[in-house]
Amino acid sequence: MGAIWFCLTALMLTVYVVLDGFDLGAGIVYLLVARNEEERRLVSRTVGPVWDANEVWLLAAGGTLYFAFPALYAASFSGFYLPLMIVLWLLILRGISLEFRSHVAVPMWESFWDAIFFVASLLLAVFYGAALGNVVRGVPLNAHGQFFEALWTNFRPNGETGILDWYTILAGVTALVALTLHGALWVALKTEGALHQRARKLAAVLWWAVALFTILITWASFSLQPHLYASFAARPWGYIFPAIAVAALVAAIVFLKNESRAFYSSCIYLVGMLASVAFGLYPDVLPASTNAALSLTVENAKAADYGLKIGLVWWTIGIILATIYFVMVYRRFAGKVSASSDEHGY
Amino acid sequence: MQSALIVDRLHFAFTVTFHYIFPQITMGLALLIVVLKTMALRSGNEHYNRAARFWAKIFGINFAVGVVTGIPMEFQFGTNWSAFSQAAGGVIGQTLAMEGVFSFFLESSFLGLFLFGEKRLGRIGHWFSAVMVFVGSWLSGYFIVATDAWMQHPVAYSLSTNGIFGLQSFWGLLLNPWTLWQYPHTMIGALQTGCFVMAAIGAFYVLAKRHEDYGRTFLRVAVTVGILAAILQLYPTGDAQGVMIARYQPVTLAAMEGLFHSEKGAPLAILGQPDVAKQRLDNPLVIPRGLSFLTYRAWTAEVKGLDQFPRDAWPDQIELVYFSYHIMVGLGTIFITIFVIAAFLLWRGALYRSRAMLWIIMLALPFPFIANTAGWITAEVGRQPWLIYGMLRTSAGASPLVSAGSAWFTLIGFMGLYTVLGILYLFLVYREIERGPEVEAVASAVLAR
Ligand code: HDD
Ligand code: HEM
Ligand code: HEM
Repeated sequence: MGAIWFCLTALMLTVYVVLDGFDLGAGIVYLLVARNEEERRLVSRTVGPVWDANEVWLLAAGGTLYFAFPALYAASFSGFYLPLMIVLWLLILRGISLEFRSHVAVPMWESFWDAIFFVASLLLAVFYGAALGNVVRGVPLNAHGQFFEALWTNFRPNGETGILDWYTILAGVTALVALTLHGALWVALKTEGALHQRARKLAAVLWWAVALFTILITWASFSLQPHLYASFAARPWGYIFPAIAVAALVAAIVFLKNESRAFYSSCIYLVGMLASVAFGLYPDVLPASTNAALSLTVENAKAADYGLKIGLVWWTIGIILATIYFVMVYRRFAGKVSASSDEHGY
Repeated sequence: MQSALIVDRLHFAFTVTFHYIFPQITMGLALLIVVLKTMALRSGNEHYNRAARFWAKIFGINFAVGVVTGIPMEFQFGTNWSAFSQAAGGVIGQTLAMEGVFSFFLESSFLGLFLFGEKRLGRIGHWFSAVMVFVGSWLSGYFIVATDAWMQHPVAYSLSTNGIFGLQSFWGLLLNPWTLWQYPHTMIGALQTGCFVMAAIGAFYVLAKRHEDYGRTFLRVAVTVGILAAILQLYPTGDAQGVMIARYQPVTLAAMEGLFHSEKGAPLAILGQPDVAKQRLDNPLVIPRGLSFLTYRAWTAEVKGLDQFPRDAWPDQIELVYFSYHIMVGLGTIFITIFVIAAFLLWRGALYRSRAMLWIIMLALPFPFIANTAGWITAEVGRQPWLIYGMLRTSAGASPLVSAGSAWFTLIGFMGLYTVLGILYLFLVYREIERGPEVEAVASAVLAR
């Protein structure tokens, strides 16, 4: 039961990263590729109708984490108190910048929200990466399965750790470049003309940064967290996940001219990277940096079996329904956005 | 630790109270928009479609703020109440996760279609997406109320020796008898808010002689639905909640009524300030034996006062519980009066001409929000000192390692951010009201967020 819910929760978080990842990426490349009011409006239209539904994956994943692994939810949300609250503020700012921007057609109003949209998206990407970095590095759990970290201490990933140290910052930057690439490919997929060209050129440059940081973070993670080695050594079939990530990353540059293939490659790259992390951590869900015996694992963090079994039934039904809605919405808004086609740009 | 607890409580209270301003409008308007869309479909009159589109714009702004303020709620169980979450997550996590999986996906997907897809979906398709938005928002209300109801009246759980709650019966949790009355009462409260918002803007248009035919439509729809809602709020739903409280949380009832001493034939207090130190109600104005009748349907039944319970079982803010309850019930009575008179005038065809009544309806706008907030404060502060009634004390539920300083930091952050959000919200809604329902070209530009 625990293993199943570990996979399902990881799956939901991955779907969230892939879907909201392009919203965030679009926000980050926003000011770089869109040069005038018209183009900026187009970029924000590519995410306008879908960002909220994408964000629901975060909520649903949070809810699933809550009922399947209450001890993990309790420990991580209170331990990551400060960065989590900051993430919530950024999510608020990102959401309202998209929603409020178009209500008033005054240049000052629009540029204000453009800047907020850009900054919030960028910082969110960094924070998500740093959060994942914290989970991989491990946190100072006490005997009650609780911890608390300040935002930073001495920027070293051992001893009394803070949320930010050189390793988690590296993870944050990796997430930033990866999601920026993802967003650039999304914008290239959804637009035409000069905007499309610029997004693609940017993606070609970003690709090198992603490749570099992928290597760096892999090296750093394996040298900091011995648990990763152990997992892959014990179950070598797991090498399939990093292999998928690498293959997809290569595919992204090979197919750069074919915008839908390039975008899907980037999706698969993200899936491969996150699956590698999940595989490497299992059966831990939150490693303790203090004493490995205090780590939260699938077994000691999961809820009672009856609830998990019942959950499987409604979860399956609910996710099938959600998938149907998503297919409907994405089909309705498929294709390139353009300034003219109808009043909503579709 | 003890000082962090107070901040944690304020933190939750502030963020949830602010959040709930928006869902109550969403849930209320969602139903009224379905009514307007149905009228459009049945009459074929474009007037109702335009009216629905106007409300869809206001709904959209409102929904956005509801969403961004709702996300912090979902995470605060873990951030500030980790001990509680660790103990009860296996149970209340179920309903919270179901809310995400069943209602938020539904609501957000169909809202996208409803706001952006009118041309492509066709008449029936667009009507259907309005219905689905309504279903999604009311479902989300169900799951969240079921979560709250479990904290008020825990059922269907097993308790392990280390104090961890496990789910014992899925349907037992979903069909908690507490939920079955709390849900309709809460939804009707939201519907009243929706009706007052629609009626107030309608009254404004008629009084200001702008978009008058829309103003009349708004008034007609809102008053017709509103009179039903106002009555259902009191009976059977409010009454039934009172009976439930008397049965399962008698000490809360005593605090709500300011009843310090047990009495046979207990009076119902209309006015009076509780003096907790002296244990009495100052300058009381009461209906003799009223309380006994309302709770037990017998004029002479004995109602337990606070003196029957140990001090450490009393809610810690008796005055707040007492006043918020009286404010809710007082306003509920006033709402019934307003809607009955308005409905009578509407029936006689005099409502649109009766300036006094239109002024009253317009100025009543803030009061349903106050009533809803007061109701929640009664329920939540009345539940104290328990987080899970009778099982887990609030003081045992907070995050042990989050300091008061960290909690203050984020509480102040939320206060600042929400102040800005509130101002922006009012500004944008005001602009939509200024523009009115008729400006089609502008309207569609607005929808293209
Ligand atoms: C427009 C809003 C509104 C109005 C006019 C009323 N209520 Fe209410 N009431 C609510 C909105 C609400 C609420 C916000 O929906 C609450 C808070 C929690 C809940 O279950 O519903 C609530 C709770 C609530 C409770 C439970 C308190 C607790 O759990 O401790 C009782 C006994 C009543 N109500 C009774 C009434 C009565 C007798 C009313 C007379 C007209 C009334 N309410 C009007
Ligand atoms: C929107 C309506 C709601 C309002 C206005 C509201 C209001 C409040 C208030 C005022 C408090 C502080 C009580 C005190 O410290 O004395 C509180 C606490 C709390 N409420 Fe609610 N509440 C609402 C809905 C909910 C729901 C739906 C849930 C559960 C899903 C919930 C769960 C909690 C929790 C966990 C606390 C903190 C612990 C405590 O102080 O008891 N609330 N709420
Ligand atoms: C602890 C209490 C609460 C939590 C954890 C919570 C959680 C949330 C979340 C996460 C969202 C955003 C959903 C999205 O992205 O689409 C949201 C919106 C919403 N919430 Fe809450 N909420 C709480 C209180 C309430 C209450 C008391 C109600 C109603 C009875 C309610 C009804 C809604 C509705 C209908 C929405 C849809 C958006 C809107 O209407 O503005 N919520 N809530």
